[in-house]
Amino acid sequence: MRNLSTNFPTEEQVEPKLEKTIEQIHQDALKELESASDTESIKAISIRYLGRKGAVTQFLRNISNLPEEIRPEAGKKANETKNILDVLFKNVLKELETSSWKTDDQIDVSLPGRVTPRGSLHPITQITQKICDIFIRLGFDVAEGPEVETDYYNFEALNIPKNHPARDMQDTFYISDNIVLRTHTSPTQPRIMEKQNPPVRIVAPGKVYRCDSDLTHTPMFHQVEGLLVDKNISFGDLKGILTTFVHQMFDPETSLRFRPSFFPFTEPSAEVDIRCVICRGEGCRVCSKTGWLEVLGSGMVHPAVFENVGYDTTQYTGFAFGMGVERIAMLKYGIDDIRKYFENDLRFLRQF
Amino acid sequence: MKVSLSWLKDYVSINLNANDLADALTMAGLEVEAVSDRYDYLNSVHVGRIVNIDPHPNSDKLKLCSVDIGRDIISVVCGAPNVKTDMLAPCAILGTCFPRGKVLEKSIIRGETSEGMLCSELELGLGSNGHGIMELGNNLSVGDSLNKALGLSDPVLEIDLTPNRPDCLSIIGTAREIAAIENKRVTYPEISLPESMGDIANHTSVTIKAPALCPRYAASLIFDVTVGPSPFWLQDRLVSIGLKPINNIVDITNFVMMETGQPLHAFDFDHLAENRIVVRTARENETFITLDGKERRLDPEMLMICDGKKPVAIAGVMGGLNSEIEDTTTNILLESAYFDPVCIRKTSKKTGLNTDASHRFERGVDPNGTITALNRATQLIAEIGGGKCVKGVIDEYPLPFSETTIDISSRRLNRHLGTRLDTAAIEKYLKSIEFDVKIIDEDKLQVTPPSCRVDIRRFEDITEEIARLFGYNNIETTFPLIPAEARHPDKKIDLRDRTKVLMTGLGFSEAINYSFISKQSCDHLELPPDDPKRKMVDILNPISEDQAVMRTSLIPGLLETMKLNISVLNKNLKLFEIGHVFFHTGQKDNQPDEVEMLAGLWTGTRVDSVWSPKETNCDFYDTKGVLEEFLRNLGIKKTTFTRMPPEFCFYTRPGFTARILDENEPIGLVGEVHPKALQNYDLKQAAFIFELNFDRLIQSVPDTKSARPIPKFPATSRDITLIIDNDIETYKIIKTVEMLKEKLVEHLHLFDVFRGDPIPKGKKSVSFRITYRSSEETLEDNRVNHIHKTITNQLLKTFDATLPAK
Repeated sequence: MRNLSTNFPTEEQVEPKLEKTIEQIHQDALKELESASDTESIKAISIRYLGRKGAVTQFLRNISNLPEEIRPEAGKKANETKNILDVLFKNVLKELETSSWKTDDQIDVSLPGRVTPRGSLHPITQITQKICDIFIRLGFDVAEGPEVETDYYNFEALNIPKNHPARDMQDTFYISDNIVLRTHTSPTQPRIMEKQNPPVRIVAPGKVYRCDSDLTHTPMFHQVEGLLVDKNISFGDLKGILTTFVHQMFDPETSLRFRPSFFPFTEPSAEVDIRCVICRGEGCRVCSKTGWLEVLGSGMVHPAVFENVGYDTTQYTGFAFGMGVERIAMLKYGIDDIRKYFENDLRFLRQF
Repeated sequence: MKVSLSWLKDYVSINLNANDLADALTMAGLEVEAVSDRYDYLNSVHVGRIVNIDPHPNSDKLKLCSVDIGRDIISVVCGAPNVKTDMLAPCAILGTCFPRGKVLEKSIIRGETSEGMLCSELELGLGSNGHGIMELGNNLSVGDSLNKALGLSDPVLEIDLTPNRPDCLSIIGTAREIAAIENKRVTYPEISLPESMGDIANHTSVTIKAPALCPRYAASLIFDVTVGPSPFWLQDRLVSIGLKPINNIVDITNFVMMETGQPLHAFDFDHLAENRIVVRTARENETFITLDGKERRLDPEMLMICDGKKPVAIAGVMGGLNSEIEDTTTNILLESAYFDPVCIRKTSKKTGLNTDASHRFERGVDPNGTITALNRATQLIAEIGGGKCVKGVIDEYPLPFSETTIDISSRRLNRHLGTRLDTAAIEKYLKSIEFDVKIIDEDKLQVTPPSCRVDIRRFEDITEEIARLFGYNNIETTFPLIPAEARHPDKKIDLRDRTKVLMTGLGFSEAINYSFISKQSCDHLELPPDDPKRKMVDILNPISEDQAVMRTSLIPGLLETMKLNISVLNKNLKLFEIGHVFFHTGQKDNQPDEVEMLAGLWTGTRVDSVWSPKETNCDFYDTKGVLEEFLRNLGIKKTTFTRMPPEFCFYTRPGFTARILDENEPIGLVGEVHPKALQNYDLKQAAFIFELNFDRLIQSVPDTKSARPIPKFPATSRDITLIIDNDIETYKIIKTVEMLKEKLVEHLHLFDVFRGDPIPKGKKSVSFRITYRSSEETLEDNRVNHIHKTITNQLLKTFDATLPAK
């Protein structure tokens, strides 16, 4: 039973001129309400009393038939009753609705929701963006170049003359004697420097191609190139920028080392190794038991490259670096087969 | 290149253990890829005691031995005469891999099983004695592995040398680097030529006809040599770094090449016509049979070593069959030369011959090491081969090398590296690798690298030497001081990133396909012979036929991707790709036109599997909707979709393909994949694709957005239904209303298209809702009715339409 706590008027001196006094109507309404149990019947009661032809409404309409002396009092009471009942009906309805939420009607909330699932960005795109973002925060701009390059930009301008053994370091796809699929993103270095005077700070992501296909090589892959040129740039600066990059890309605790290497377009050249993220330096299959993983090639820009683009080598120094996006993605995501990147199996793509 | 520690120790004393040495070399720029012990194969050869000997039932010479190898007693069939009970001998167990490559397997010898093998010194690679099994001292403990028992250990380092360091392609070269690490000096082998006779000039001569390609050629003569197997120590040295002994003369040339880095070649002097050497370029179409028995076609860029009449070797690459050292050879001409690296490299590439010699010559040997190596080998041949040296050497040296002297400013060097080294420190580092250093003043030094360091040419090369000797990791980490400056970001890069985000938001996953595709792709797409997409760029040296040309469309890649996914039962796909396509310009030596494209493919259900039972397949309008939403998000407003004329539908289905126009210029298409194209890719499931010229598209993306005020007054709408010919495209109705330029028309929305009863055949009914609004007042019905009527009449007239019967 609901508790119908209302202010029930007690006086009984109403002139029985009309069929029922307002108090009686009020009483009747309360009685009916008490026996009502569902929304529909309560709504019906509400209409019976407060609707256009409802009892209270009728009472008010007929009030002019009452003797003049009791009219104001009766009108006041009738209005009071109307307001009380109105609030009461609404409350009861609301309460009924709320309590039915608690009990009736259920849905299986464990069923999956309905959505158009978002697609996923290719892991290569995600890592490329991450790499570029780090360098953008360090003040670098992003640039791009053509994927089919001239021999000049891919090799000669980078101090790799024809018939130099260094060409063996990169198996080249040829289009003609002078046109190649770029073997690295490094041709963007001379292209940018021809267009722009120092200071230069760019990163250049893109596809590169090498005539090599096995478990650890695909004939197409992605690199991000970097170049910074100005007055008084030192090898120490190279170390600073690349250390920051590694710490941002991997973990601020990652230890790294700079190891002498050879690239024809840098001198000195350095390979950057990080402590193996898989075995933490103990030695495992991924790091060929060395405890170190090569992640970047870098070095001070070779003066021959500056000479080729007309930079004054007595004034300017700089450093360049390059990294393989697939390799970094492999380390970040634990991908063990490089060919997975370009099969585009949805079960692979959707993981990223 | 492999180097063994025992051989290195002939020239430098080494305190570091093998692993530490490997690390130190790696950090000095000689990357050590692997460290192994060359006696590791002895791990499975045990000290065995022969506990019992029985005669072999089927052989007089063989015996059945029971051998105690510690953990077990095994039976071994043995034919050695010296086998006796209680003796200790090396016993190899199954799986042992002998130094010359043989692997011991279980065998049945004349009906008796042998579970191991009692070995001779020769078989174990520990000596030259092959008669009888090796007798071991009684103090060894049975069961121990032989390398442990005999204390045999010789670490071998495998070094991955960068092409700039040919000076390290030798044991002595590596020893020089170790000496710098260990702070020691290299002890070079002493060469003392034995007693010699006559005068070489009386016996032979060298004529260089191509001095640019052969700046130096030296020769010596040794007579009365006996060709035979090398002594054990020499064979052992070669085996230690993975070379195969052949005969004493060849072994000596290989030994000296490995020791000094100077390749040598020995000719049978008696096979040299006119007993002389002529160095010349090959003639057009000349042929020559190399040592490996193969005939090689030559060309004038190749350098040949000839005798008085014919070629006898491809210079620096490989000798000829016609002058090779044979068992009967007695008189030898030994060659030590310097050949032009580029020439050797070209020849090696053209002939496909990559030999130890060509590998060194193309990187550059020590131009001043010619005579030292020649003398070293001459001495060894005389000693080991028992020959007599002819006095003197021929040393034709038409183009002598000049030393490189480099002036160094220590201030500049420190600025370049970020170090604080004084001239004395710099001098110390450079002298440790045998550079000649003169300190000029407190800043300047004059440096002369040794002649073997052909990679050192200028200041920056010296900075690298200092950096690696000082230690890259000891250089202080700093940050560049550069003025803050920002350039405008590249619009294309920015829009590409936005496109990728939008497409993934619309449910599409990004694919990346190879830029090269099969030449058949154009046929698979059913393209006509003159289609621009047929202007493909061929790769001269493709990896496979499937990847032989550069793509002119992203669609073949997406269809291949669909095929792969269907094969693994991923049947519902929404994929997109952004990438370059490449068109041949018609000029052979021009870069192709690279155009960036955006393409997508949708196949399977409209919604990824949900639990409600109805699955609807995606259709044209789903795919088009994606594009519309994408274009709207980029702020491109003026694109229209119009029917692609059937004669231009090649890989998409006619009637179900739209051309996408931007300001009346075609920029792409969207449509259903043509059943024929599907068939060509072995696909059965309907698929919808779109292609957009991304480079062109971005030109239409507005740089800025401008806000419009939110309307203050309410809108009124009126519906209109027209019955029109089936083939009238609805976008034309929208265009017509737009062209009326009635400024109170705010929006026109299509809400129903219907064909069939009661609409007459060949007709359709289309229903629009036109929204009217004024920015200045609440519109009155009369006014709206009037305008609506005008528009209706105009449409009825333009499209020969009727209104539906009431």
